[in-house]
Amino acid sequence: MSVTYLEAIREAQAKLLREDDRVFIYGQDIAGKFGGAFKATKGLAEQFPGRVLNTPISEDAMVGTAIGAAMEGMRPIVEMQFADFSSIALNQILNNAGTQFWRTQTPCPITVRLPSGGTKGSGPFHSQSMEGIYSHYPGLVVLTPATVEDAYTMLIDAVAIDDPVIYCEHKYLYYHLKADALPTEKLPIGKARVVRPGRDLSIVTNSAMVHEALAVAQQFSAEGIEIEVVDLRSVKPLDTDTVLASVARTGRLLCVGEAFPWGGVTAEVIARVASEGFHLLDAAPARINAKDTPIPYHPNLWSEHRPNAKTIAAKARQVLQE
Amino acid sequence: MAKSEMLQTAERGASISKKAPHEKYLEAFRIMLQTRIFEEKLASLYRGGLITGGVYLGKGQEAVSVACGIFLQKGDVFAPLIRDQAGRSAFGEPLIDVARTYLGSRSGPMRGRDGNIHRGCPKAGQLAMISHLGAMVSVVVGKLMAKRMKGEKGFIGLTTIGEGGMQTGATHEGMNIAAVEHVPLVMVATNNHYAYSTPNDRQFACADLVDRAKGYGYEGSSVDGTDLAQCLEVIGAAVKRARAGRPPQLVVTSTLRLAGHGEHDDASYVTEDIRREPFAKDALQRTEQFILEHELLDRAGLQQIRAEITAEVDEAVSTAQQEDAPVGSEEDWCAVSTRALADRPSLAE
Ligand SMILES: Cc1ncc(C[n+]2csc(CCOP(=O)(O)OP(=O)(O)O)c2C)c(N)n1
Ligand SMILES: [Mg+2]
Repeated sequence: MSVTYLEAIREAQAKLLREDDRVFIYGQDIAGKFGGAFKATKGLAEQFPGRVLNTPISEDAMVGTAIGAAMEGMRPIVEMQFADFSSIALNQILNNAGTQFWRTQTPCPITVRLPSGGTKGSGPFHSQSMEGIYSHYPGLVVLTPATVEDAYTMLIDAVAIDDPVIYCEHKYLYYHLKADALPTEKLPIGKARVVRPGRDLSIVTNSAMVHEALAVAQQFSAEGIEIEVVDLRSVKPLDTDTVLASVARTGRLLCVGEAFPWGGVTAEVIARVASEGFHLLDAAPARINAKDTPIPYHPNLWSEHRPNAKTIAAKARQVLQE
Repeated sequence: MAKSEMLQTAERGASISKKAPHEKYLEAFRIMLQTRIFEEKLASLYRGGLITGGVYLGKGQEAVSVACGIFLQKGDVFAPLIRDQAGRSAFGEPLIDVARTYLGSRSGPMRGRDGNIHRGCPKAGQLAMISHLGAMVSVVVGKLMAKRMKGEKGFIGLTTIGEGGMQTGATHEGMNIAAVEHVPLVMVATNNHYAYSTPNDRQFACADLVDRAKGYGYEGSSVDGTDLAQCLEVIGAAVKRARAGRPPQLVVTSTLRLAGHGEHDDASYVTEDIRREPFAKDALQRTEQFILEHELLDRAGLQQIRAEITAEVDEAVSTAQQEDAPVGSEEDWCAVSTRALADRPSLAE
């Protein structure tokens, strides 16, 4: 038996619905036999009547409703059809959910699932990686699971957390990643994972880019260069200590992100390492992100827009040669 | 003096020969008067530089607002906006919480983290508004859905909005989702003919905002917001219908904002013509007149109530003024409730 990243997300939600009466799922086209644009809730509405609810196309109100329900003691999961449409709900997420506990001491435990990241042909409005925007604002926990195991355990943890959680699930990983079984162990939220040890360069990354980085590391290994790959897992809080420990081992840092280049996760990691681990660095820290244009539709353009094994490898070589 | 004592005094002391038009009329009047006196105090503190941040008053809107709060019960949800001091008091917000928030006491419900009109007490059913107009509508919907899921019965939610706030996307989405979810929501929209400086012809182009009720699947009603008896009647009936499981209710009231948008604003853009409109009457004055004409209280009775309220307001303000302000070095600067998940540069910090 094997389980995909997408199935892990569905199984996590099934478990949550089964074990916790407070959980309900709220989103577009998620109920009935249909089960969502990506089938992340397939079968759940039938199995849990009244707890997997279709909404109108109203991202602001979907999140606002979830906030109200959460403040009243429920544990709503909001499915955005695509991460990109969560821009409509930015106000509710940033200004209402993100400020609620600070202002009123009332916890606001919503989980917003964002089908994120690029796939071929998806274009400017169905491909975005928005973790940077959400991390910028206070009051939110922002997760970017990169493995089947993390997709499962981090979603279960997300719902248990008393704060609003932005759960960025990568659409490319939905079908491409498979594990043998659902995990029985987990790393806590807020901990990064060294997914491949190395001594020559640290690549710090998250979400689907973890797998690009691993491919590059594999390639360099044949030349005797050992790249350490750190999967951040949780973007906020960001596990600065694990990153610094990695840089302490390798002396070199390359940050890789699928999001746009201005600011964001890679810039934050570099800022922290530069200000707190400057003495650990043997070369200037580097980063590589998507290009500063909207995300292109055509596969030929798209594959050049985002970082890929080729461009990451080239950047890695630069940092190693410095 | 407590509210109930006051009313007893009123009933005993004054020559009550006629019946009030609504059983809550005098109770509502007292809250309106308290609001006016309190807000006049706030305005003078503001002018004296004693209040940090903006002061937004409900002057002219007290009848509507008190009617929004006065029919709510424990277990209900109230999402007030900037002109709802009367409604907040009617729903049970202690005056001292208001004074503490405006005067920056660390003992206030927001402890200096948010101010003035943004205060609330979600545990008591009173949400703390965010500025973004319309954002609270769907939050009320979520509260009501959750109550239904938990098996609670008999509750309703009430939220207010202005004719300007009616035009945001969030209001539209929130109103629609309330009807889709069949929650017992009452939405009281006050057309006070200005949104900050903008008159209605630059806000909407429909004949009457209440016509939107049909479009949303709501039941709609209209009321003269300067007439307390009518406000109690119409908003009370809408609350009753919502409690009885009818579709969401839209009540559109008509008033004129009798102050600036905030106390920083002289409202010089309000035209002379509009000041002569029937909706420009002062609801509080009308109520006092009615009380005298119908001999619900005599002048001495009114004067006594005014004196009691003034003493209450002064006490709340002076208590709050003597309390400590929040201190930055004692603030914990942690925006998440799960402290282990607070982001920090490194463990060394
Ligand atoms: C979404 C949004 N845009 C702008 C503002 C700034 N603002 C605060 S109150 C106000 C006018 C509101 O007018 P209306 O809704 O008619 O209410 P009123 O002040 O007349 O009671 C504006 C523009 C805001 N709070 N929210
Ligand atoms: Mg207005």
